[in-house]
Amino acid sequence: MYVAVKGGERAIDNAHRLLAEKRRGDPAVPELTLEQISEQLALACDRVMAEGSLYDRELAALAIKQARGDLVEAIFLVRAYRTTLPRFGASEPVDTGAMEVRRRISAAFKDLPGGQVLGPTFDYTHRLLDTKLAETSPSPSPHPSTVIVRASGRSSNHDVSNETDTEVFTGCSAFAGHDESVSITAAMPRVTDILGDDGLIEPCPPGDPDAPVGDLTRAPLTFPAGRDLRLQNLARGDEGFLLALGYSTQRGYGRTHPFAGEIRMGEVEVEFMAEDVGFAVPLGAITVTECQMINQFRGSATEPPQFTRGYGLAFGHSERKVMAMALVDRALRAGELGEERKAPAQDEEFVLSHSDNVQATGFVEHLKLPHYVDFQSELVLIRRMRAEIAARDEAREAAE
Amino acid sequence: MNAPAYNFAYLDEQTKRMIRRAILKAIAIPGYQVPFASREMPMPYGWGTGGVQVTASILGPDDVLKVIDQGSDDTTNAVSIRKFFAKTAAVRTTTRTADATIIQTRHRIPETPLTGDQVLVFQVPIPEPLRFLEPRETETRRMHALADYGLMHVKLYEDIARHGHIATTYAYPVKVDGRYVMDPSPTPKFDNPKMDDCAALQLFGAGREKRIYAIPPHTKVVSLDFEDHPFEPSRTPKICGLCGADDTYLDEVVTDDKGGRLFVCSDSDYCEQRRGAEKTA
Repeated sequence: MYVAVKGGERAIDNAHRLLAEKRRGDPAVPELTLEQISEQLALACDRVMAEGSLYDRELAALAIKQARGDLVEAIFLVRAYRTTLPRFGASEPVDTGAMEVRRRISAAFKDLPGGQVLGPTFDYTHRLLDTKLAETSPSPSPHPSTVIVRASGRSSNHDVSNETDTEVFTGCSAFAGHDESVSITAAMPRVTDILGDDGLIEPCPPGDPDAPVGDLTRAPLTFPAGRDLRLQNLARGDEGFLLALGYSTQRGYGRTHPFAGEIRMGEVEVEFMAEDVGFAVPLGAITVTECQMINQFRGSATEPPQFTRGYGLAFGHSERKVMAMALVDRALRAGELGEERKAPAQDEEFVLSHSDNVQATGFVEHLKLPHYVDFQSELVLIRRMRAEIAARDEAREAAE
Repeated sequence: MNAPAYNFAYLDEQTKRMIRRAILKAIAIPGYQVPFASREMPMPYGWGTGGVQVTASILGPDDVLKVIDQGSDDTTNAVSIRKFFAKTAAVRTTTRTADATIIQTRHRIPETPLTGDQVLVFQVPIPEPLRFLEPRETETRRMHALADYGLMHVKLYEDIARHGHIATTYAYPVKVDGRYVMDPSPTPKFDNPKMDDCAALQLFGAGREKRIYAIPPHTKVVSLDFEDHPFEPSRTPKICGLCGADDTYLDEVVTDDKGGRLFVCSDSDYCEQRRGAEKTA
């Protein structure tokens, strides 16, 4: 019985066998393929890649399958693989200004160069369960353009009413001729750059392109953390945690008066500086989502007021995540911008120490591990204190 | 898809070197928490990732590994970690304290005295002894730097004022080599005296919190107390129902729903050795 209380090797093996069986489910139901997960649960893969910090759709799909759809568990699987990979360098900064855009909206301007491109979005859908999806359906027909506003100056050889987004953007996949990419990106400047040209928004913090970039997976995080480490931490951070913190800033706990200056999603090229050949070589294209929040001003007796920035960027189509990230990034700049720090979202140690869901789930769930020697020592103390009080009461009664 | 390949004891050699450097620094400054670039491990944070990284970094092919949790080799997480190293490093494992060169532990120090040939590796959840008094790392690092431990003494004093006792029964703070106040990990305070002047090297790994600290062999380790309330190790005042030991730390096993209890040694190897000796005697 003593051994039974302690658990044991056979019980663990059997539990894992049972897990494998439950993972597969009813064998009469066809098994999921990684392609199905990658294609049809694409946003789950995006989240696992973003918070797992590893851009590999196939591994993300495998992790989701292995984790039975538990995304935090899948993120954990990806992280535990990623950590063993050798680092051979850092890429050049990706240029989101040169993104091949699939979605781009601004809540700050009705019309702007390049227009508002809705792309594939849940926005404006009615959240009514669609019973048609309960059955397998034929492939949907190619979708029409999702562009709602096009500013003048757009190259005229693209007929908006006829083109589809897929046509436009498969036409300039990662290594296609440069001409078309340039014509598109030239037509889609970042909103913050438009404001920046007039000096209405603070400039991006000047960065030294040759300065080493911090990596909290290779060096322990210390406080105060630099912008690079803050953004890395938030990009890997739990979507739910950042969502709640971002939300709290909107409800007055560290208010920043934000506008979604721009959200853009699409493909950016990743380049790596190859020392041998002396120039940056393209490694491929990745999908990212970027959010630039425009927040209320700072200014001083000597400086005119300017809007301030909050920034969010994540792998894949991760819109909720990058919006929340941008709100929290801005809130965490409170100290730097001379604002009073009193809300949780403004507290760097609090936010950055608790954002990682792999750390959080591990430590919360470790309470499942046996703690009986500690509990036993608490039992000894509480029994002793109770006995002392009982003895004192008895003595008092005897005296009375 | 390329099948992932893993190095001896899982961690790559660069990572092991980085961790060994942190361990050397920790040994040089007894009780000081050395930040290190803790890796993500294939087991969850809070389940021994710090101890596993320390063990993986010092483990060689000739080592004999023992893993215990709550004093026992047969608890689920001890089984899991032992299997991890048997699989990734193919080292010999043992449950006998005397046969092991490295012992990884959670929450206990073996009853069998350790020797100079052994290393005891602790799994640590919260390395900072001041954390529950001051949540900020920037503050607690400053307090350690200035040896500003007044807050801890006030806490212990308040315990006595409120409960008549110091109400810390495990993770009981110690002062190492007269300088740093250290968290001995959540071992019951019964085990604190074993840390003092211990022949074995004691290493502490906190994976989630990214800290390593150490007590070199034969270092002075003192449990914090007051002259009029001296430190006292505590145990359930019973004898082991299996081996009859009256000086070991005991687990309380509920045997029925009528208040029945069985008290047995938490250190299952020690208990077995005693019972084996009885039989041969």
